[in-house]
Amino acid sequence: MAIGLRIVDLRKIYNSAPPFAAAGVGVPRSSATSEKAAKTAKPEIVALDGISLQVEGGEIFGLLGPNGAGKSTTVGVLTTRVRPSGGQAWIGDYDVWKDQAVVKRLIGVVPQRPNLDFSLTASEILVFHGAYFGLSTKDRNQRAGELLEKFKLTDRANQMVRGFSGGMMQRLSIARAMMHDPQVLFLDEPSAGLDPQTRILLWEIIREYNQAGKTILLTTHYMEEADALCNRLAIIDHGKVIAVDTPAGLKGSIPGGYLLRLRFAKHTPGLLLGLQSLSGVREVRSQDTTGADVYADRGGSLIPEIASLAATTGAELVDVHISEPSLENLFLHHTGRSLRD
Amino acid sequence: MNWKTFGALLARDAHVAKRNAMQLFLQTFLQPLMFVFIFGRVMVRSGYMPASYKALLLPGIMAISMVFTGIWAVAMPLIAEFQWTKEIEDRLLAPIGTIWLAIEKVLFGMIQAIVAGLIVLPLGWLLLRPIDISIHAAAMFAGMTILVAAFSACGGLALGCTVNQQHIGLMFSMVLTPMIFFGCTYYPWSALNAFPILQKVVLINPLVYASEGLRASLVPGFPHLSMSAVFAGMAFFDLLLLVLGLRQFDKKAIG
Repeated sequence: MAIGLRIVDLRKIYNSAPPFAAAGVGVPRSSATSEKAAKTAKPEIVALDGISLQVEGGEIFGLLGPNGAGKSTTVGVLTTRVRPSGGQAWIGDYDVWKDQAVVKRLIGVVPQRPNLDFSLTASEILVFHGAYFGLSTKDRNQRAGELLEKFKLTDRANQMVRGFSGGMMQRLSIARAMMHDPQVLFLDEPSAGLDPQTRILLWEIIREYNQAGKTILLTTHYMEEADALCNRLAIIDHGKVIAVDTPAGLKGSIPGGYLLRLRFAKHTPGLLLGLQSLSGVREVRSQDTTGADVYADRGGSLIPEIASLAATTGAELVDVHISEPSLENLFLHHTGRSLRD
Repeated sequence: MNWKTFGALLARDAHVAKRNAMQLFLQTFLQPLMFVFIFGRVMVRSGYMPASYKALLLPGIMAISMVFTGIWAVAMPLIAEFQWTKEIEDRLLAPIGTIWLAIEKVLFGMIQAIVAGLIVLPLGWLLLRPIDISIHAAAMFAGMTILVAAFSACGGLALGCTVNQQHIGLMFSMVLTPMIFFGCTYYPWSALNAFPILQKVVLINPLVYASEGLRASLVPGFPHLSMSAVFAGMAFFDLLLLVLGLRQFDKKAIG
């Protein structure tokens, strides 16, 4: 029976820079009006602002958001590495905070930044990890051998990991996380810095592990990765959940689907009204005097009409970017920011 | 409590220590043995020091070696792993309460400190022969060795979870060096009779109790602090540093 996870109203406020257990950055709290903040005069950073999520057993669930959105802190809390300021988290039926040792047995963690034991060889890293989890000598040697083979590291088995490339370290980190056959696997930005070939290998391995009935939670700010791997996604920004659905469901929720990002030398209210009235246009947003985001049912075929509208209102069109329905657009639609900001 | 995991954590540290055995050996013994040679042999034979100084010096050298070894063994990896390489995260995710990892570090540091003490003693004895030194009260000597080892390892834990990596040099010059020079290692506490204020002040230095206690159990003929004061002092500092160290460890380990 696959094990799911659940978090309810999770909050995390840092009074100083987040320590390494939470690699994310968080969002500085703009109002320092609370009494406590005034008293301590320390800058408070709200990393999680009341996040609630439920991940079903056997799902591949993605947390999508820009750097500092709170993804790593969420993973940190779920993996016993970050103490929440409020709220609760469970892995299966176990409270992450109260039943730490049990929870640690159920989870495997691939951190954002490789934290391999530099004093050991690749093979020793896996074997000792197995020993921490109580595997017998025979079992851990056998499993280490299998994983090294699977991750194409057999010829490096007896080398110290200090000299490994980033991709090799990442592969070994994932092998280590799988060593004790955890029910829930956490991968924090698993493909950051990987070459395309290794990324495809990684995706295959994640899917295969999932097919063995395991639950997977991954964080990413790569839209393609979320789209390709995840059964469901939560979009997170500023420590809050903005939307949760399947990738297709989320993309379907963008008005029109197409996004045309227009830039003018200077636009006028008349132009914006004109854009709104073009056929197929669902929504027009403008945050300054030069840019306008147009959500529409069609893409390229709108350009001639937009250009002539601009010419009649005296606004010079200087740049056009058309994107097809994507999670990137969805994120932009919900937050006004690009995922890569 | 999960003893299998605890044992595996100890085995990992032992494996790493075995791999670095030669480096550890040189790092631990070279300096104290040179000190023993110059002050105990060269200075004594040339007549600048009385022959009896040899027996006074050796217990102090044993205390220094143990304390340095324990602090080094626990503090240095913690400083690097918490602040720089983050390697410790792997072990923080082992299925055991976080605090047990700190206790494992202390236990392993103690073992290393005891081994260092039990190696430097016969080596020093070989270098200084003939020397009037022997284990007079075995139980007292064993008790002192364990308490000194605990002090070094708990001190290592407290320092390792407090000192920033850019302040390692400062840790040596501001904490360890004064501790050694004012730790009654090269002279007995009674030698400070002529400096009554200093004699009181140095009592906040745990190394004073370590040196005096080892001296009392190896060369009881020299004047020394009363053993009850020594045991009380050592137990107090061991406990204090352990509590401080565990608190700091928990703070560092969990965000």
